[in-house]
Amino acid sequence: MHILLVDDEKELVSTLAERLGYRGIDAHWAATPNDAISMLSDQNYDIAVLDVQMPDMNGFELKEQMEVICPELKFIFMTGHGSEECYYEGCSHTGEAFYLVKPVEIDRLIEKLNKVMLDGGKR
Amino acid sequence: MAQETKNTEKKAAGTGPSTKLLTGEFLNYKRIWLLSFVLTAAFAIIPVIFFAVLDYNLTRRSLENDVEARASRLASNTWRSLAFFLDERKNALNYVVQSNSFEALENTSQLAQILDVLHKSFGGFTDIGIIDATGVQRAYAGPHGLAGRNYKDQQWFKDTMTHGISVSDVFLGFRNVPHISIALRHTTPDNTSFIIRATIEHQLPQILSEVKTSGNGDAFLINALGVLQTPSHYFGNVLEKANIALPLATDQTRTMTIELEDGQDLITAFRHIPDTPFILVVLKSKQMLMSPWHDSQVTVIQYLGISISVVLLWIWAVTTYFVRHLQLLDRKRSKYFHMAEYENKMASIGRLAAGVAHEINNPLAIINEKAGLIKDMAHFKQELKKETRLLETVDVILASVKRCSRITRQLLSFGRQTQTVPVPLRLKSILDEVLVFLVKEAELKNIFVDIDVPDDLPQVVGNRGKLQQVLLNIVNNAFAAMPRDGRLSVSAQKTDEPFVRLDIKDSGCGISPENLKHIFEPFFSTKTNQGGTGLGLSITYGLVQELGGRINVESKVNEGTTFIIYLPTTTQKEE
Repeated sequence: MHILLVDDEKELVSTLAERLGYRGIDAHWAATPNDAISMLSDQNYDIAVLDVQMPDMNGFELKEQMEVICPELKFIFMTGHGSEECYYEGCSHTGEAFYLVKPVEIDRLIEKLNKVMLDGGKR
Repeated sequence: MAQETKNTEKKAAGTGPSTKLLTGEFLNYKRIWLLSFVLTAAFAIIPVIFFAVLDYNLTRRSLENDVEARASRLASNTWRSLAFFLDERKNALNYVVQSNSFEALENTSQLAQILDVLHKSFGGFTDIGIIDATGVQRAYAGPHGLAGRNYKDQQWFKDTMTHGISVSDVFLGFRNVPHISIALRHTTPDNTSFIIRATIEHQLPQILSEVKTSGNGDAFLINALGVLQTPSHYFGNVLEKANIALPLATDQTRTMTIELEDGQDLITAFRHIPDTPFILVVLKSKQMLMSPWHDSQVTVIQYLGISISVVLLWIWAVTTYFVRHLQLLDRKRSKYFHMAEYENKMASIGRLAAGVAHEINNPLAIINEKAGLIKDMAHFKQELKKETRLLETVDVILASVKRCSRITRQLLSFGRQTQTVPVPLRLKSILDEVLVFLVKEAELKNIFVDIDVPDDLPQVVGNRGKLQQVLLNIVNNAFAAMPRDGRLSVSAQKTDEPFVRLDIKDSGCGISPENLKHIFEPFFSTKTNQGGTGLGLSITYGLVQELGGRINVESKVNEGTTFIIYLPTTTQKEE
């Protein structure tokens, strides 16, 4: 399972990637959307875990661009913001099951990753 | 209702700065009522009174004119009778001088014969005399034996010689009976003049008495000096001086109104009788002539009074109705204003809470991951397995992160209150969210909070923010009503209807039955000294209704109050 983690909080994604690595999951990370897109061009990933709110581009816009490059890619969103608009927008994009609010429990993230791999993730 | 209004106004005036805004928002209803009433009444009644007065004056004037015309007509008719009476005597004397020569008339026995004929034909002739141009009475027939008298210097002689005729004032003659005398100058064909003079019993009062008896009034003769020539009802007997001032009488009938000493108004018509010193005066009592009209006017004024009273009553009712309506609208407006303000406030707090939560969640997530990494290193690499104290510390960090994240999640869910679409809600979780805000106060007052919400309770449908507000308001009120060591019991249960029943019971001071009736009315507050607006429960009531539920309250003084809220469930939606 190849995972790409994207969040403007570098410390967060790097640590998450390392922890996933301990659990046998091949996780890479990017701190900006542009890095994420270039990484996607170099290598194939199964699932992208995206932060919703980032400078330059938000998670949903990034998702659309990534889908162009890699149509098979599946997505999970993370957010630190629980506002109503954000919450419902997230749900409409991915379904509630694929939406996580920070801080995220590592076990819960793995659970979601497995579920997305099994269910297909896209709607 | 009115009492309540008074309470509210007093309250608004007497409380803290937050309610100053309230007093400013309300209109001065008493002033509006008074202004509206006075203006409307004035516009309605002034024209009515104006036209009533105008009509009164016009009809009175026209009636007065009519009365004067009647008096004038009566005077003219009477005047004709009197003039005819005098003319008849004058013509009789004229006939005597025309048909007899001066010589025949100089014969006293013949003169006595003529007197006798005149007396028989016309009545009232007392004596008769012939006076020559020098003023000497040449012959006399009558009781006084006045033959040979010289009247040269007498005024009546001069008048007769000048004007051809003169009629004397009334005088008391023979047997103390009033008489008048008529003197007539005659010029013979040989151009010598002599005068025939007759004294006649005064018969004019009899003619006038007919006028007097025909209705309320008086008719008399007066001379230019104001001496009565016939008796008068109002001014005394014959030959007495009458206390009446008349303008110069002419041959035309003139009218005027005079006022007697007793205040009685008399319509006066007067006219001079030519060739005599007499002025005919006819008096009519104005009051008596006008009395039928006055009676009708009294009826009109009574009707006017009644209709003005009805109009005033109507204006009073309409003004009161509209001002009360205005007052209600004003209160409604104020209530909505406060609700909007309250919602705005809650929305702002929500946004702030969500923003803070977001900002904290990111670093919290990093702490979470870093601490997780340390544990992972111990677990997967075996490097730190012996550092038990370190791992314990990491566990504490992770537990603290979890606590923080629980708080931020609650803040976030509170921030989600702006949602407008009704969604299924878990009552228990919302209760938990609300109580988080009040935990500190509960601890401070040592209030025991007892929550009994079964797990299989159906979800309620509604707006999260509104439900939060409802619960927050009621629990807040409950806390305010309780002293230390109180107990708040919250219990929920299913009902047979598609509603969930939620009971929020406190052990507070309770509410008196009188206040209980007004508890949900806007601006009803017992927390007057604490700056309460009295809107909390009225907003709560409105919110419960918006949620599609209903709210009741039961209370016993010194035992506590229970708010019972019915909230619609998802099952209702399915139906």
